Amino acid sequence: MTTDAISRPNTGHNEEMVPRYTLAERVNHWIGAFIYIYLLTTGLAFWSPYLYWLAAVVGGGPVARAWHPWVGLIFTVSLFWTFKEWHADMKFDDSDRAWAKAIPYYIENEDDKLPPVGRFNYGQKLFFWAMLYSVIVLLLSGISLWYTEALPWSWRFVRYAAILIHASVAMITIGLFLIHVYMSAILEEGSFGSMVHGYVTRAWAWTFHRSWYEQVSGRARRTS
Amino acid sequence: MSQAATELIRISGHAGPVPGAGLNREFRVAKLVDTTTCIGCKACEVACLEWNGYSFSETTFDNTYQTMPETAWNYWNLIKFNEHEREDGTLMLLMRKDQCMHCEDPGCLAACPADSAIVQYANGIVDFQEANCIGCGYCMTGCPFNIPKFSPKARKVFKCTLCNDRVSVGLEPACIKACPTGCLHFGTKAEMKELAETRAQQLREVSGFAAAGVYDPPGVGGTHVIYVLHDAKHPELYGGLPKDPRVPLSVRLWKGPLKWIGNLAMVAGIVGMAFHYMRFGPKKEEEIKPDDRRQQ
Repeated sequence: MTTDAISRPNTGHNEEMVPRYTLAERVNHWIGAFIYIYLLTTGLAFWSPYLYWLAAVVGGGPVARAWHPWVGLIFTVSLFWTFKEWHADMKFDDSDRAWAKAIPYYIENEDDKLPPVGRFNYGQKLFFWAMLYSVIVLLLSGISLWYTEALPWSWRFVRYAAILIHASVAMITIGLFLIHVYMSAILEEGSFGSMVHGYVTRAWAWTFHRSWYEQVSGRARRTS
Repeated sequence: MSQAATELIRISGHAGPVPGAGLNREFRVAKLVDTTTCIGCKACEVACLEWNGYSFSETTFDNTYQTMPETAWNYWNLIKFNEHEREDGTLMLLMRKDQCMHCEDPGCLAACPADSAIVQYANGIVDFQEANCIGCGYCMTGCPFNIPKFSPKARKVFKCTLCNDRVSVGLEPACIKACPTGCLHFGTKAEMKELAETRAQQLREVSGFAAAGVYDPPGVGGTHVIYVLHDAKHPELYGGLPKDPRVPLSVRLWKGPLKWIGNLAMVAGIVGMAFHYMRFGPKKEEEIKPDDRRQQ
């Protein structure tokens, strides 16, 4: 920040921090994150013989088999709590449609050409809902894989469906996970820190979530 | 079988043909179950328990002579009974010894994710190595015959070994040893197939079972347990023997195309993101322009 007050004469608070995530939200996020990494590790071990060594990293095949379902349940609880806290902020609205149309600007890092967004942008909302529905499907298919022996032979179509669905949907969540990690930990500077200490700079909020910034900073426009 | 380790196929510095090579010794074994001469005595069930060291389990009475509804993790050999009414109104008591079929193309092995938990020997025996089993139960999904069974106590899956421990030292399986009518045979696959075909022909030509035949389902590449049936057109009469068993399509898709699509997508995703970062770089916060009220 070599330039000083001259370049931003009326603000002077680019560096001031705005609270973005509560302590509970952050704790829950990191519980979910580490649990997802465990589920990813053990799941990939069962996915491919070339990745079976991953099971050894977390205690061996039988241990991974025994824990994966239980840990999956904890992930579901964590995600459902997130749903309880965030579903209002995650509702799609008209601004999302405008934002979705302008998505090439987002991809090319021309964020100033994007319409203002609230606490979460269209991409974050897509991520949230896709993860939520995926986890519901993973839970249902996972339960039938958990207790395969309890499914009678005449219900074997459930086994056949579950085995295919669980792997396919897990792949979808891996895609979501990779994009999420890339965008929040690597691409968008300031995002990762906000999930650690809970704050973003005013400039960050103004740049990436302008409607939300205007709300929380009391600068909301009266019109529209 | 062990002979494979002593038969030569190539010899260095040797003039002329390799002695013994080309004999096409058949090492593939098979068990033949002739359902037409089975009397349902269950000696094979007892012999199986005795040899494999399991104690007798509680039986389930369901108005037949059947010991329990299906095989169990500690009960690998079960005679299935079916009172079948034929078209002419006469009754037949169909009995079939149910156990692992030892498929040439085993669905359990295809579905198993644990390194070396299921192996197939050169003689055709498909065997579970419980030390490597992780108890996921995928084999139970892969099997078209409902054979692998989960033990909640051991948290591992068990099934018939075709007495691999006996066969490997030149003995026949325990069930074969116990059969009093000679409806069970054990030998090479070729010999058993020939014997089965001979018996089926006899049934067709002499005993009046026009539909008699051999059950060696091609959908799983053939099996190392084969049946002679009075009515080979309706194997399902024999305690639900599937007509055209195959490794489930979903298992094939999961272990085939899905794996490649998934792996490709994961790698492409990571490469794509790396490319994106190199091309466009990080998103940086801009400085607030307070008077900016963008006209939309």
